[in-house]
Amino acid sequence: MSFLSYLKDGISLGSIYAIIALGYTMVYGIAKMLNFAHGDVIMVGAYVILTAVTRGGMSPVLAVALSVIFCTVLGMVIEKVAYSPLRKASSNLAVLITAIGVSYLLQNLALLIFGADAKSFVTVIDVPSVSLFDGQLVIKGITIVTILSCIVIMAGLMLFVQKTKPGRAMQAVSEDRDAAQLMGVNVNATISMTFAIGSGLAAIAGLLLCQTYPTLTPYTGAMPGIKAFVAAVFGGIGSIPGAMVGGILLGVIEIFGKAYISSQVADAICFAVLIVVLLVKPTGLFGKNIQEKV
Amino acid sequence: MKKTMNKTTKNNFINYGIVIAIFVIVEILSGTGNLSRLLTGLLVPLCVYTIAAISLNLVVGFSGELSLGHAGFMCVGAYSSALFSHIASDIPQVPRFILAILIGAAVAAVFGVIIGIPVLRLRGDYLAIVTLAFGEIIKNLINILYVGFDENGLHVATSSANLKLVAGGKQILKGALGISGTGALYKDVKHYFFPIGIILVLLTLFIVQNLVNSRSGRAIMATRDNRIAAESVGIDVTKFKLLAFTISAALAGVAGVLYAHNLSMLKVSGFDYNMSILILVYVVLGGIGNLRGSMIAAIILYALPELLRGFANYRMLIYAIVLIVMMLFNWAPAARNWRARVMEKIRGTKNKKEAA
Repeated sequence: MSFLSYLKDGISLGSIYAIIALGYTMVYGIAKMLNFAHGDVIMVGAYVILTAVTRGGMSPVLAVALSVIFCTVLGMVIEKVAYSPLRKASSNLAVLITAIGVSYLLQNLALLIFGADAKSFVTVIDVPSVSLFDGQLVIKGITIVTILSCIVIMAGLMLFVQKTKPGRAMQAVSEDRDAAQLMGVNVNATISMTFAIGSGLAAIAGLLLCQTYPTLTPYTGAMPGIKAFVAAVFGGIGSIPGAMVGGILLGVIEIFGKAYISSQVADAICFAVLIVVLLVKPTGLFGKNIQEKV
Repeated sequence: MKKTMNKTTKNNFINYGIVIAIFVIVEILSGTGNLSRLLTGLLVPLCVYTIAAISLNLVVGFSGELSLGHAGFMCVGAYSSALFSHIASDIPQVPRFILAILIGAAVAAVFGVIIGIPVLRLRGDYLAIVTLAFGEIIKNLINILYVGFDENGLHVATSSANLKLVAGGKQILKGALGISGTGALYKDVKHYFFPIGIILVLLTLFIVQNLVNSRSGRAIMATRDNRIAAESVGIDVTKFKLLAFTISAALAGVAGVLYAHNLSMLKVSGFDYNMSILILVYVVLGGIGNLRGSMIAAIILYALPELLRGFANYRMLIYAIVLIVMMLFNWAPAARNWRARVMEKIRGTKNKKEAA
């Protein structure tokens, strides 16, 4: 029974990674950049919810909506101010370092405004637990909500990208930016929209993360951000189902590693699995293998 | 003689000159008592980060691969050399320190080969994430490593109790608590860490500059510029990429040795991906493939947050803003054009004045 219990913990953690990884993977697929600041947008989203509920006395639903809107706008502003001037720069390392700068900026702004001490998070989602097998396996309400929201978000995104016009514009930009522009796709607006969606998802991920692990510091987003990045690469960066599968696998591996091997080397196991996968399949599980032509 | 000295050689000597000039200025300042305690404490770390930045530039700038695991190699060099220093405490200090440097470099180079062989099969961002992963794995494994030493020899375990040291044995590496008191083993050498650091910086520059201007160096740059073209003229791409990666790892190991011996407490938590990123920032901001830029960026950017300590909480905020603004100003095509226009204007007015 403990196996099932660990499995559901793993899937729940993995679902959070998957939601974050979706943001990474979409931005990478379309803007061809690693957005290192993505993890910190999660942290900002969580602080917005916490402040709105504790200081502003807002209802949880309103607070979450506010957080999603705030992060969406934040994502678009970051893209406009820090990333878009570098889109045609001669080296794509430049935008990577700028993203790191944005990450430091968000962390230190949060440090100044909210202080370095860990804040305990409020319960926003209150769903009763489900107990199975005569109470031997208890699934917390938040676990169910997390897994369900991950599935809903992923299905919604797939539909959006494949069936709607803006979604197809995103696909076109990701395939070939110049050709898309010639076909009348507004590239700038499409990239901006991608950042908006990714950051909005980050706010939801922030909520779910802080409901499962209810402490919040300015550095809360950094490690899940890196892990989600690993998950995105794991699944094949640029692929939406890849991010989902990669995230959940990573979560399960991490929890099993903690439970059965050692909590101290769980991260090392995650990274080792990533390396093995990449060595066998250098573009990730769902990645497209593009043949180089002369 | 003067005519045979070409532009690259001249550039290389300017780099050595800058390092020596900095050393002389610092020595004069400290001799006359004009160097604050804060700055004195920064001198050795500055050498450490300069070496690390130059060595990373070999991979990022000349080999064209993005590595996010440079701190891992520093970590390996630091721990192996610190362990050696503790174990071989009966060797006289000067040869022991030289041996420690060589061991740090050698162990880091071995790790460079082990990691490089699988990693260099990958390209671009995948390579970056795998180097990051390796850095984290190294950090995680050292974090649970316990090493002790007694009359029966060396003991290695994953917990303090499993070491099974006999009475009189000494525990050196204590897992997450790290290694303490390495600097104290070198009472005589300790005061000369800054000159040693400068010599190591010069040595690093010498190795990297000569490599880059050699036949191998040109092969390395050819694989960076066009892998397929390089392959088609018979360059063994993997071999030369591995060569650059290994040399870079060894030099990072040297930086790690200096880092480890300068600290009273060597802890693995310092070698996280933030450190790798910090070094990468020096390289990119200083100019990819520009060694002088790496040196200067490392000095300015390492000293900046330390000198801003007076601003307390604002210092990292200022650092972040400076970083973003400098990146935009340096790399954005719009900013570059604007700079070119301004420069032209300045030159234009100068020419007019001269004409008038």
